[in-house]
This record gives sequence, structure tokens and C-alpha cells, in this order.
Amino acid sequence: MTTPTPSTPYVANKPKDVPSAEALRARIPGWGVDLDPKDRPSYPREVFDPAGTGAHWDYPEEQPGREGRERSIEHGQLTPVFGTSAPLHGVSGSIRRYAYRYSEGRAAHWLLLLAGDRVDAWGAHLWSLASLRPDNPVTQTGVLSEVRRQGITSRFGKKRADVNHLWLDPVVVAGPWVAAAAGAVVVVRAAVRRAR
Amino acid sequence: MKAMVYRGPYKIRVEEKPMPTIEHPNDAIIRVTTAAICGSDLHLYHGLMPDTRVGTTFGHEFIGVVEEVGPSVRNLTRGDRVMVPFNVYCGSCYFCARGLYSNCHNVNPNATAVGGIYGYSHTCGGYDGGQAEFVRVPFADVGPTIIPDWMDSEDAVLLTDALATGYFGAQLGDIVEGDTVVVFGAGPVGLFAAKSAWLMGAGRVIVIDHLEYRLEKARVFAQAETFNFAEYDDIIVEMKKTTDHLGADVVIDAVGAEADGSFLQQVTGTKLKLQGGSPVALNWAIDSVRKGGTVAVVGAYGPIFSAVKFGDALNKGLTLRMNQTPVKRQWPRLFEHIRNGYLKPSDIVTHRIPLEHIAEGYHLFSSKLDGCIKPLIIADAG
Repeated sequence: MTTPTPSTPYVANKPKDVPSAEALRARIPGWGVDLDPKDRPSYPREVFDPAGTGAHWDYPEEQPGREGRERSIEHGQLTPVFGTSAPLHGVSGSIRRYAYRYSEGRAAHWLLLLAGDRVDAWGAHLWSLASLRPDNPVTQTGVLSEVRRQGITSRFGKKRADVNHLWLDPVVVAGPWVAAAAGAVVVVRAAVRRAR
Repeated sequence: MKAMVYRGPYKIRVEEKPMPTIEHPNDAIIRVTTAAICGSDLHLYHGLMPDTRVGTTFGHEFIGVVEEVGPSVRNLTRGDRVMVPFNVYCGSCYFCARGLYSNCHNVNPNATAVGGIYGYSHTCGGYDGGQAEFVRVPFADVGPTIIPDWMDSEDAVLLTDALATGYFGAQLGDIVEGDTVVVFGAGPVGLFAAKSAWLMGAGRVIVIDHLEYRLEKARVFAQAETFNFAEYDDIIVEMKKTTDHLGADVVIDAVGAEADGSFLQQVTGTKLKLQGGSPVALNWAIDSVRKGGTVAVVGAYGPIFSAVKFGDALNKGLTLRMNQTPVKRQWPRLFEHIRNGYLKPSDIVTHRIPLEHIAEGYHLFSSKLDGCIKPLIIADAG
């Protein structure tokens, strides 16, 4: 019985079974055109060139509307420019503003922001029910594309790894509403019992 | 104007919103002609990104026509056809001055760990995005570029993120001639990373995913070898076998926060949001790269902790390289590659959806239906 010859990585220098540069160049248009790191635009990673960005200021003029704008406490100041989409409001706004008391290094910061997100969404759904345009779970989830875009044939019989947790999506989307409804029923029944 | 609006996890709709206005002297208002849904938009859509507020408009991949400019804008005029990098950046802070445009310190008051990104939650600055008829673009003299006449619109919109990010991911790998490069993820960024790895001299390029139609695209578009991880008991062992048990020289994580392959990671990372995403692809990258190799990460993760196998990365002596892409730095070279015919980004576009139907577009892309790889949003379809 013979012992097979050890190969890389158990010995140092077995060459890799890689096609030649000529063969690769013939097969792949553009093969190796960026082989020299100097031809790669993010090499080196940092290049000091403040004149090359298009900025014609040392420090940008400050955008108005700075009062009350929430910011990370890791910042030394409010940034000169910021987004103004969806300002803080209501209960979710209070939760989020509280979250900004914690640095980005604290789990409390992010978990409070996520809590604020959920409260924001639930509140928006409830408010919409009293509006002229209530939320529509059919159109807003795009679920009709399941019918129009081969929902079944796209998924099944394809060895897709995501099929095993597909059932969780409706739970994630509808679960909080079902839980809230069940909670409301429990509360109402308890109140009725107490009233009797 | 009409705009896509977030209503809560898995729910969006098109609403009438007020027109954006010039809020800073170097702002521009862009009339969006084409936008795209990015895989990272799905993290917002699924409620993974903290401080994603009801009423915000997503969309960080878009091109359009300049509608209005602020009083200090010098480089753009009304009517210019422009492409806008997904980064909002000032061009003058410590980081921008060194080319780290994605790490700008002057545009995102909500966080210091990330720069500004259009339509990507308040954690990324609270800017509305381009899945709308109009969008505010800060620092119009810094970010946007006039689209060359010869460039196709669909190629241009893919340059604003997906192509630039795939190409940047390959650069982060520090590929040398003959390297074996493994790319996790055959979505748009993974396909572009695989294609770019060849330009940098890779000797083998291997793409891994579980969606057979995307792997077929990787074989045809990126001339890559492919592995469907769902067909193997252990994809790491397969990667070792196919590299003579050495491991790949470079592995690129082009998946990010919603990676499949582990039920536990999926549930804790993406469904219960107890992690900053499901780091399956990152862990597989750490395990399948060779000792002393490089793992490049361009897949997006949330800011919360994730269960990453850091001990293996240490013990293997790995180099981990990552960042959000400084998009505009990539453009001159990518323009050359497109013009020379080495890259044709629009080949990966599978769906063109009117803004009115964007909710179905999100579901289609999120659920990977109908062979979807890259959906574009046509804002001016009417």
C-alpha cells in the first residue's frame, strides 16, 4: 500500500491549478486590466485630496432648522447638513428622543430606536383607520405578486433555503396585530366580568 | 409629488408628498427618471434598521434631471442629466478630504458610525430617497455627476451603488494574479464583485448562493464557477475540497444582514431582530478563506451586535476589510470599463416597474419571485 503524495497546504509549493494569464485573457474580456493596484480607484484607501471633491468651502454653511434636531451624543456638534424627513412626533418620537441619550455603543440606544419604530408603525396603522385612506394590507404588502409573479413555482421544487422559514413571515407581519387583538379581548372580558 | 412611503415592516405605499425644497445653498432638486430597489432596501422594508420612520421614502440608487439648484451650486444647471452616488457627503470634512466619502462626518447627526445615505433611515441621516418623482440632493457640487452622452440610463443607475459596490468589494480583497476568489451571494453586488475579480487578475472565481436562477446568471454573466449551498451538507467542506483543502485566497461577503443557511441565525437575526442581521455569509467567509487570507465585506449589516465567529478570524490570521463604498471614487475607472465593453451592468436588470406598483416590486424582490435579480423603478413611466 502506497501513501499518496502530500499536497498543498501540507507542503509548501505545489502550484495552483490555474489557467495561464493568456488563457484567462482570451476567455474573460478585460481580465487583469486592474491587476496593478495603482489602477484600482480605492488604492490606497486614504488619499488626501480636499481640492478634488468639488467642495468650495472649508466648512459647509449650516442648514437652518437646527433647533431640536436629535443627534448622537458621540457627535461634538450638530452636523451642518441633515435630513428633514419624518421629524420626531408623538409617543414614538419620545421613545426615539430618549434613545438619543445613549451613545451608539450602547444596546439601549438601538433597542429603544427599534421599539420606537414599532410604536410608530402601530400608531400609524391605527391612525390610518380613522383616515380617508386606511392602510390596505393587500396592496401595501404587494402580496398580489404571489399570484402575478409565480409565487409557488418560484419557490417550491427549487431547493431554496428560505422556504424553511417562509411560514414565519406572516407571523412577523400579522402576529403583533393578532396578539394586540387577543389582549384587547382579554381586557374587555375582564372588564365585563368585573362589571357584573 | 408621488413618492414611495414606508408604513411599517413589510408595508409600503405610494402617496402624494410635498415637493422637496432647497434647504441648503448647495442643494439641488432632482426629478428622478430611474431608480432601483437595492438588496439593502430590504433591510429597511423588513424593519431591521433602527430609526426607520413611517413616512420616509426609500431609494439610494437613482438618476434624474436637475430641476432646481441652490444659490451656491456651480457645477450643475437645470436640465442636466445626472447620476447621484448613494452617499450623501460634504467633500470637506476630515474623512471626505481623504477619499472616505462614505464616512462623511458632516451629514449625519444621528450617528457617527455611518455617513449619510439617501432614503436609508434616520440612522443614516434622515434623508428622503429617490423612489419618488423628486428628491433633494445635498452638496450638489460634490456628489452628482453629469451622465456622459454615450452612457445608457440603466447602466448609469447601477453605477450609483450596485456596480460600484461590487467593484469596491473586489478591491477590498486585495486580489493578486491567480488568486482563488469566493463570492457569497449572487445578487447584483455579488455578480458585479465576481465580474470585477476577473478584472483584478483572479485565477478562479466561485459564486455561492441558494437560488439556482441567480447562480445560472453568475455562470453566464460573470463566467464564474457556482455552488448551491442548499445542495450540500456543509458548504465549508466543499470550499475546502475545491481548493485542495487550502481555502480561498479571498472571500467576499456580498450578502449581508439577511443571509440564509442557518435557521437559528435567520430567526434571531432577521425575524426577531435580536442581532444586526444574520451573519451566516460572514461566518462562512471566515471559515472558507485560507489562513492569512482576506475577507472583504460589502454586504450591509445593522448597527446592533451580530454573532460573528471572530475567534476563527483571529486564529486564522485573517485580514478583514470592509466599508460602505465611496461611490464617486470608483466612477472614472468604471466609466472606462463600461466604455471598453468589459462591464455591461444593465445585463442584470430583470424587472422594470412603474412607481405606482412599487409595493409589488418590493415583495417580488424580497421574496425572489419570477427570476428577480434587479428591479428598476421607472418614475416617469406615465
